[in-house]
Amino acid sequence: MKSKKSKIEEKELVVKSRTENLSDIREFVSQGALLIGLPAKVIDNIILAVDEACTNIIKHAYKYFPEGEIIIRLKFSSEKFTVIIIDHGVPFKPETIPDPDLQRYYRQHRVGGLGMFLMKSLMDEVKYVSVPGKYNQVLLSKKLSATH
Amino acid sequence: MAEFSTSTKDVGEVSVIYLQGYLDAHTAPALENTFSNLVEKGKYQTVVNFKELAYISSAGLGVFMAFIEKMRENNGDIKLSSMNDKVFNIFDLLGFPLLYEIYKTEDEAINKYIESKNLEK
Repeated sequence: MKSKKSKIEEKELVVKSRTENLSDIREFVSQGALLIGLPAKVIDNIILAVDEACTNIIKHAYKYFPEGEIIIRLKFSSEKFTVIIIDHGVPFKPETIPDPDLQRYYRQHRVGGLGMFLMKSLMDEVKYVSVPGKYNQVLLSKKLSATH
Repeated sequence: MAEFSTSTKDVGEVSVIYLQGYLDAHTAPALENTFSNLVEKGKYQTVVNFKELAYISSAGLGVFMAFIEKMRENNGDIKLSSMNDKVFNIFDLLGFPLLYEIYKTEDEAINKYIESKNLEK
């Protein structure tokens, strides 16, 4: 794991695709969001959205392969707080994931798509970009004006 | 690494599971084990006390989905209690209050089992 701070507007963390790293990812996002003074509740929501995005990457993009790389980049501007998450695993097609149906999950004893639903609910913007063979990117952002 | 632990206590026929720390994709298997152990012992009446749980992600919520029907098929349930607002809001956002009984206190949740047992008599 390495962390670098190029300038105050951007921070980056690179971790291996292992669930044990989720706590470091949450801590990194928390520290970054605290720097710009976001309210605690908003920070909690952003942390959960990033956790869900990274969990999906570990499970689906890398299929639990522990040596994949996940890059988490925080960007601060006066309008919004943006988290960009990049992986080099299997391309992801968000349009193939339906919104969750709890009654159906109840019958199937499982959950799927809850993470993506949470991300969409907790953030102002969720954007996926996949360049097959190169990288996948999830962009999560939160408007600052709406949070103060 | 995220800290998470569970402990259980029997109150009559009810098993109370106490959660502590951070429940995410890394720690969810520990909770699965706790439920599996209760199922093996035929203990289906459970209350999960969330008082010391600081964080939950959908991987944690998935554990409750995985076991709820098993418990109910065997005359039991997974009743939830003592959630802080942060954790409750996530359950609420996903519509879990429609599927799960959520109580303010552990005692209320335990009493629900006792009440329904008395009704059967």
